[in-house]
Amino acid sequence: MPEATASKIPVTVLTGYLGAGKTTLLNRILSENHGKKYAVIVNEFGEIGIDNDLIIGADEEVFEMNNGCICCTVRGDLVRIMDGLMKRKGKFDAIIVETTGLADPAPVAQTFFVDEDVQKNARLDAVVTVADAKWLSDRLKDAPEAKNQIAFADVIVLNKTDLVTKGELAEVEARIRGINPYAKLHRTERCSVALADVLDRGAFDLDRILDIEPDFLEADDHDHDHDHHHHHGHDHHHHDHGHGLKHYHDEDMQSLSLKTDKPLDPNVFMPWLQNLVQVEGGKILRSKGILAFHDDDDRYVFQGVHMMLEGDHQRKWKDGEKRESRLVFIGRELPEKAIREGFESCIVS
Amino acid sequence: MKEFTPPPDSASIVSVTDRVKPVTLGMGVTSVHFLGPRAAFVGGEENVAFVDDKGEVTKVAVHSGGILSAASDGKRLVMGGDDGKVVALDAKGEVTLLATDPKRRWIDAVALHPDGAFAWSAGKTATVRSGKAEEKSLDVPSTVGGLAFAPKGLRLAIAHYNGATLWFPNMEGSAEFLPWAGSHLGVTFSPDNKFLVTSMHEAALHGWRLADNRHMRMTGYPGRVRSMSWSAGGKGLATSGADTVIIWPFASKDGPMGKEPAMLAPLQARVAVVACHPRNDILAAGYSDGTILMVRMEDGAEILVRRNGTPPVAGLAWNAKGTLLAFADENGDGGLLAL
Repeated sequence: MPEATASKIPVTVLTGYLGAGKTTLLNRILSENHGKKYAVIVNEFGEIGIDNDLIIGADEEVFEMNNGCICCTVRGDLVRIMDGLMKRKGKFDAIIVETTGLADPAPVAQTFFVDEDVQKNARLDAVVTVADAKWLSDRLKDAPEAKNQIAFADVIVLNKTDLVTKGELAEVEARIRGINPYAKLHRTERCSVALADVLDRGAFDLDRILDIEPDFLEADDHDHDHDHHHHHGHDHHHHDHGHGLKHYHDEDMQSLSLKTDKPLDPNVFMPWLQNLVQVEGGKILRSKGILAFHDDDDRYVFQGVHMMLEGDHQRKWKDGEKRESRLVFIGRELPEKAIREGFESCIVS
Repeated sequence: MKEFTPPPDSASIVSVTDRVKPVTLGMGVTSVHFLGPRAAFVGGEENVAFVDDKGEVTKVAVHSGGILSAASDGKRLVMGGDDGKVVALDAKGEVTLLATDPKRRWIDAVALHPDGAFAWSAGKTATVRSGKAEEKSLDVPSTVGGLAFAPKGLRLAIAHYNGATLWFPNMEGSAEFLPWAGSHLGVTFSPDNKFLVTSMHEAALHGWRLADNRHMRMTGYPGRVRSMSWSAGGKGLATSGADTVIIWPFASKDGPMGKEPAMLAPLQARVAVVACHPRNDILAAGYSDGTILMVRMEDGAEILVRRNGTPPVAGLAWNAKGTLLAFADENGDGGLLAL
């Protein structure tokens, strides 16, 4: 399966609450001189100014799959649109799906895992969420959709940073991190983010799961000042928590990280994980893991969306590489104690 | 509910591969039809390629973009495109613009009625234009997956999410909803007008006996059913989606209820397209590995028409008399076989 990945058309899902700047980012992507052609799937068809040859209007029809799994929803219109687009293969290099501000990203993402034909031709590259630095904090309080979009994101473009004070920016970032510390976060004005930071991320590509570490902004701080005269006293190589950010614990949406340097028993772990996503899949939005199994020289990686899991042996553990297992769940009202205990029971003692 | 389990492989077979006239179309093909004496290969975008019995190819531009849907009655081919247009192509190669969606939405489905009426859909709206050039539209609850006219009367079946809608366009308030959970993509009436069958987004068919709307579940497919074809006289419905041709029996008044389907021509590949012979109990089946077989329905005897090793077969069609079989794979490599 990895060799087929290259020929599949990458799909970027662009989400974000109303007015955050999705259209601005979309137009940046389309207008930049990259020599690539995009097929763009939008919702407010014809009502927003997008300059592109191939624009398709979508209806955001969320369909339940008849497989007894209630969180297993797909976008029916996307299935149909992908089918039509595949007749024009070769006319575009990548697809961008823009969702409305009120959309849940899960059905969009799941369409790329559940539908046989879609899966054959396309691969989900990343979920990119555009957030409004000025209003996001409020939306996180009153709009569950906004929270979903942050929790689901692989990349967060925190836009309109010029409209807030430093304090407000720190506040909104802390709120984002309280929900999803793992997404790459970029602070922007008018969505001026490098395209490489939002496209071709391979966020759902098992081969590209390198590490699972919280993202703390230092690496892509937007003032490209290498002197570090605004020294915050934190160490770039250790993602410690001592950099003065406020810590928020979102009441219903949070991430849960599990770690062990002892090997896991695959015969216990796999059924546990399967069962966990079966039972709690409605609450778990995203999951990801790098695993070191007992008596196994290969790294095992997995990633999931709600109840859907995808996993494979990735590569050999390198000499000197720490054989550590690491799992992350992002979700709503996660049963932390039960998950931690379940995980502990998978460790070979 | 009926399920089937595929049988083990069968023995070696007769070949007519040397009698096939190869055709190179130079474009991706999505379906094949016959218009008069010529085969018409519908491209993935822009063109239809006519091929005469000498194998000569003539291309006709029909859409300025992707061709999303096509239906033919042997006299003309009606197509819908992502340019928002519904066009017709006749046997002479003349193109007529039939309709344009005012918002240039995709024309996802088209259907043709024997008396000349035609239907198309864009989004949730299905529209019928009858012979008198009258236009009637109906909105269904979700995007239209497929359209089919009933063999008798001006009645349209519209497949959509969570069921199908039956509608007499000339009768106000006649829309009747047949519910069944799930997304319905293709739809067809049995030739005797007694049954309606939809192909679903999941790997299953669903049927309704129209006399009492009794449900018929047809499941067991490993993949989605993309091709359905009624056998001569409508005794069986041949389908793709498994590694054998699955033929559901419709000869009795109960249709396939409580019965096993026939499973013919098993291969180590998925059946992609099926086309039943218009007069005899023979069908042609195209597979995901490029293989094409002719199969006698009575005993499952097979004749090899095309070997494997190419992209999936994209289209198969018999001419009206059943003397010519035309086919092409997704890359546009095809052939004509005279019987």
